[in-house]
Amino acid sequence: MSRRNYEGVAVAVPVTVPYVRYSIKSAHWFIARALKALLERAGLQKSEVDGACISGFLLFPDTGVGLMQYLGLSPRWLDHIPMGGASAVVALRRAARAVQSGDAEIVACIAGDTNHVDSFRLTIASFSQFARDAVYPYGSGGPNANFAFLTDYFMRTRGARREDFGKLCIAQRHNALSFPYALFKKPLSMEEYLGARPIAEPLHLFDCVMPCAGAEGFLVMGEARARALDLPFARVRATIERHNAFPDDPIQIRGGWALERDSLWNQAGLGPQDMNLVELYDDYPVITAMQLEDLGFCAPGNVVQLIRDSTFTTEGSLPLNTSGGQLSVGQAGAAGGYLGLVECLRQLTGQPLGARVADARRGLVSGFGMINYDRGLCTGAVVLEAGHE
Amino acid sequence: MTEPIRRPKRKNPVLRTRLPVLPPWPRSRIALGLTAAAAEGRFALQVCANCGAVQYPPRESCHRCLSDRLAWREQSGEGQLISQTLLHHSHDIFFRERVPWRLGMVQLDSGPTVVVHLHGAVGAPPARLRVGARLDKAGMGVLVGFPEKDVPHMADDRQLREMTCDPKFRKAFITDGKTRVGQALTHALVGAGADLVWVGHAEPWKQFPGLAELSDLPQVSLVRLDVTDARSVKEAAGEFGAKVDILINNAEVHRTHGIASRYGTDVARAEMEVNYLGLLRLAQEFGPVMRARAADGQSSAVAWVNLLSIFALSNFPAHGTYSASKAAALSLAQCLRAEMRPAGLRVINIFPGPIEDEWNQLLPPPKLAPEAVARAVVAALKDGVEDVYPGDVAQEWLARWRESPKVLERELAGQ
Repeated sequence: MSRRNYEGVAVAVPVTVPYVRYSIKSAHWFIARALKALLERAGLQKSEVDGACISGFLLFPDTGVGLMQYLGLSPRWLDHIPMGGASAVVALRRAARAVQSGDAEIVACIAGDTNHVDSFRLTIASFSQFARDAVYPYGSGGPNANFAFLTDYFMRTRGARREDFGKLCIAQRHNALSFPYALFKKPLSMEEYLGARPIAEPLHLFDCVMPCAGAEGFLVMGEARARALDLPFARVRATIERHNAFPDDPIQIRGGWALERDSLWNQAGLGPQDMNLVELYDDYPVITAMQLEDLGFCAPGNVVQLIRDSTFTTEGSLPLNTSGGQLSVGQAGAAGGYLGLVECLRQLTGQPLGARVADARRGLVSGFGMINYDRGLCTGAVVLEAGHE
Repeated sequence: MTEPIRRPKRKNPVLRTRLPVLPPWPRSRIALGLTAAAAEGRFALQVCANCGAVQYPPRESCHRCLSDRLAWREQSGEGQLISQTLLHHSHDIFFRERVPWRLGMVQLDSGPTVVVHLHGAVGAPPARLRVGARLDKAGMGVLVGFPEKDVPHMADDRQLREMTCDPKFRKAFITDGKTRVGQALTHALVGAGADLVWVGHAEPWKQFPGLAELSDLPQVSLVRLDVTDARSVKEAAGEFGAKVDILINNAEVHRTHGIASRYGTDVARAEMEVNYLGLLRLAQEFGPVMRARAADGQSSAVAWVNLLSIFALSNFPAHGTYSASKAAALSLAQCLRAEMRPAGLRVINIFPGPIEDEWNQLLPPPKLAPEAVARAVVAALKDGVEDVYPGDVAQEWLARWRESPKVLERELAGQ
């Protein structure tokens, strides 16, 4: 049976609650600010939002449920998605079907997190049962150590050099310079990248995402409603998700995208070459490279050549993470998973905050989340298309 | 090879002694199976009794067939190092004080991928290696990647030494030098590279066999110690307690007979005075100062060893009151272990079967040579294990006790 398309669904109103390195506010505060911005930008009353989809690591002990009372919302459709970097893609998939089926008319998708001075350590110390039992007692390096393993293996098997990852990081930093919410505001040179202090070899400082506080959100509704509200919107051409893919691989060298890639492009009726911009989950550059390969931007095993042959700035041959990505904007907890989708939506609806991708009509957004033990488990991707002609 | 450690310089008394901290210790209950095996020096993983899958991290259901019939089975640990990292940054205080720290990701030949502390002598990936389990400073089971074949000075690896209690360049205190076990322990500790060994004897005016050989060892310092005398224990602790890295309490009174065959409580009281209260006195005087020195550099205080008996597990009626005193000592040793753990000090319990000495004269062989007990103690220190059952008799009792304590009790009562 062929998969049903997302006809009639509109994604609109990209909002960002500005990022800060540390905050004394709670995750709840950041999510509330995002909701308020969504309502103001859309010209909606709170009561008109009848669906909500929430993500946030630091909501504990609350979930999306408690947050509804906190925010005074009474939705008839509610989801809480604890998938970290895959949260936005998965939230959009769920919300689109809810709207399409009539279970909800307007769904607010929001991810937000705070960052107190010691909250990141506490989060990773109890991130999962497997992490607590079998990873954290080994040096307590957190995600840096996990991605160091993946990077070490990837470099050896794919022949990647540090310069290849550096190229991605430097291009993203270039993109971030015009993006007002980016926490990193200085250009990055290859010399600085290569000379940075080691964190978890082979990872060095500029390979590692910086935790911060912030929130991101968007609305999902019917196209007719978006037009009535006079909101520029994007359409959903295709989506995929896959969890715990390739469990027999001894170490992660590919993700669920590799299993679902054909399904994605078939549903979209498009291919990688049709994308005007690409927003990939980028807490570490190795995972960006993995997504480029798994999502079909090059033949399997050839991503290093792709990196060497392409330019990734907003004006480049393959515009990548056009707001700077998490590596240059910061990782606001679960909102890190939303950063790319919200940026893609801005570009496709003609309202970028920084540099504009020329003639941006189609974009790919990919998510990756939850290093439960030795690898990231949640993967997903979505192809968006501008709603205007 | 591993770079051998050097004899530490004399401590600068002006500098503050670093406080002990522990690596992260929280674990799920099911994960403690790894710790239980590591405490005896074994590397065990869950194996599914239904489909044979080996799994890690531990869980309460087989990841392949969903059976819950999972048993901890000893593993060879052979595997392939597929990835490594050298950590320069850690979120935890213990590791922050010890970076850089080497870690590896290993694909075991039996299937699972495991994260390990990586020994410095293992080559860069891809490399063959063997994984073993050790107790870390927190007393929790962790996996260590060792070179496939032993290399010189392997125990001196900086990371490994944080998990073991190797006597090399350490100072030890053996509470009773009068017994053959005490003398064998002294020779073994000196042989293992201990810097200094204080050896206690309760009645210094009496000459005992072997005394001359002990006195001849330049590392040995004989000290007066009577564990039944609180003042004697306090004085010893005051004199050299702040230098003891390894305390081995082998002082014991061992008499035969049970309840009916020896009327009165005098002998039982003497056994308790030494075997139980002696341990308590030592722990109260030496425990606090050893805890304070548990992170005192390369040759920190590390271990407390108790000479118990396999009879501590289940009463041997022919040596009934002695068994009871050792059972009491075992219980107290568990309390001591819990109190030493926050400092990262290991409490090692030795459960030998009958030792070849005058009090076991009437027991049939096999009996343990004192030297075998001493070897077991040194091996336990080097491997950092918690519980040791040396000799065939101890192993057999342990196996019977594990299978059914009630059946063993009935067997020992004479069926």
